[in-house]
Amino acid sequence: MRGYGVYLLTRLGQFVLVVFIGINISFIVTHSTPIDPVEATIAASTMFGAVNPEAIAIMRQSLKELYGLEGGLFEQYLTFWRRVVVLDFGPSLSAFPAPVSALIARALPWTVGLLVVSTVLTWILGNLLGGLAGYYHQSRTLRFAGVVAMAFHPIPYYIVAFMLLIVFGYLWPILPISGGAQINLQRGFNLPFLSSLLIHSILPITSLVLVGLGGWFMGMRSLVSNVVTEDYVTYAELGGVDRRRILASYVMRNSLVPQVTGLAMSLGAIFNGAIITEQVFGYPGIGHLLIQAVHAGDYSLVLGITTISIIAVSAAVFLIDLLYPLLDPRVRVR
Amino acid sequence: MRVVLDLFRYNREFAIGVVLLGFVVIFASLSFFSPYPPNDSFVVPPDVPPSWAYPLGTTSRGQDVFWLLTFAIRNTLLFGFAVALLSRILSLVIGLVAGYAGGIVDRILMSLNDTFIVIPLFPILVLFYFVMRDKMSWGLLALAMSCLGWAYDARLIRSIAMSLRTREFTETSIFSGMSMRQILTQEHLPYVMPIVFSTLMNNMNWSIGLEVTLSVLGFTDINTPTIGVLIYWANQHTALVAGVWWWILFPVLLVVIAFVGLFLLAVSMNEHIDPRSRLNRVTG
Repeated sequence: MRGYGVYLLTRLGQFVLVVFIGINISFIVTHSTPIDPVEATIAASTMFGAVNPEAIAIMRQSLKELYGLEGGLFEQYLTFWRRVVVLDFGPSLSAFPAPVSALIARALPWTVGLLVVSTVLTWILGNLLGGLAGYYHQSRTLRFAGVVAMAFHPIPYYIVAFMLLIVFGYLWPILPISGGAQINLQRGFNLPFLSSLLIHSILPITSLVLVGLGGWFMGMRSLVSNVVTEDYVTYAELGGVDRRRILASYVMRNSLVPQVTGLAMSLGAIFNGAIITEQVFGYPGIGHLLIQAVHAGDYSLVLGITTISIIAVSAAVFLIDLLYPLLDPRVRVR
Repeated sequence: MRVVLDLFRYNREFAIGVVLLGFVVIFASLSFFSPYPPNDSFVVPPDVPPSWAYPLGTTSRGQDVFWLLTFAIRNTLLFGFAVALLSRILSLVIGLVAGYAGGIVDRILMSLNDTFIVIPLFPILVLFYFVMRDKMSWGLLALAMSCLGWAYDARLIRSIAMSLRTREFTETSIFSGMSMRQILTQEHLPYVMPIVFSTLMNNMNWSIGLEVTLSVLGFTDINTPTIGVLIYWANQHTALVAGVWWWILFPVLLVVIAFVGLFLLAVSMNEHIDPRSRLNRVTG
């Protein structure tokens, strides 16, 4: 059990480090610009007609406070951190007076749902198919599946989502191409809403799965075809162990270990993909909100979403790390 | 040279990849013969479907899609190459040093490395655009992306460097009085070059993908034609709804060809590096 404790502590340390560096990067990024966000906002809001200079001075002061740009650099840095810790990024300018954190809280469940479902689906499907393809490497069907999965793999999320949009929105319009669910339904646990939710999620999930599948497929296939040549597998085959059992508990389980690490490492990239997919399909999650915020010039909202994304993704990685010892018992006894 | 010929003969993926990428590069180099500068609009009649005079049609802004595309793909490829090259330097230095030094240096560098792997880059790049606005340029984006995109490959390089560290020739070099810098650049570097090349292709894919995505959303310098910027303008003019499909289709097609080509090259190089799978292929 001591091994597990040490393992947990190191992973926790890594989690803290990721958040720390991530927040620092966003601080550096926001302070690396020659453009003053306060002046930019003032310029945008005084574009129409003259405003008296006193009002502008008051506005400048309150915006500075809002954006946490008061005082010296170190003071700003501390303000930045305080906001992150209490998760309060002030009111949103584009949806005033709704606070940024409320907007994010409303969008987050959509993103999390989309991400979890598509990631789990992709991971299981890719590993299953890849494992089978590595074990039965003569099968034509599996080879064909591999070619299809690999063909989509190198294409970025945006292009795949866009192609799906063209096919199902333009050439063969049978699926809804935008939104998270039909708007006029009562939100809650009822059948029409849930089915609408499901139908609306088909295209975003499909595009995420299509892009993600190839990586897991190829990784698992090469892992399995290496494990298959190990002595203990040959021994089990000679010993007459059922082939399905060999595949499931002798080969697949051992090959899954690096794939779990891989999942933790690629979560950030998957999250990027989900953001883009949301934008293409108008899915009401974090990504959609982020891009709206940029177009609306909403500084606090953009910063809030970036920060929350960093924390959320690293928390998810930490969660996967926690589950890792279940699969690989060596961690517990080390 | 023999290696390339061998790859061509025994590795179908490599051959296809070379052909695809060659096609894209030739297309990009046509931009030097373009009759129009890339940013001029209304030089040809707008919205003409593909025909003999305009092989890929013209845009609603009166640009010839064919010539515009040559500029766009050239800039896109150059961008990918610049990011990949810059981030290779970072990942080489960090990977080699971490693998060679081991111990506490390795630990620190690798937790830094894992951090950069995990952090979601897209929101950060969007934030970067958001604070930069009109100051955003091609070079700045390339610089930002290479500072963020080195981590995964540094890990790969480190794993090779670690095994090189235990080899006898490393001991010999240490005893013959070579400094760490000398050992890394003269002894270890040649061994990791193959993997650097294959990750270069992968990294180009990654950075081009991000660039296309960012510029399609309008989050880059939209006055430098790249594939993403082309699609952005097509979307701005609602090309699909207006039935100007050739404005969207050809850029997408070309960039997909580039992606698949780069990807196949990377995969086949990886296979070539791994002697086990190489043997598998040659013998049958």
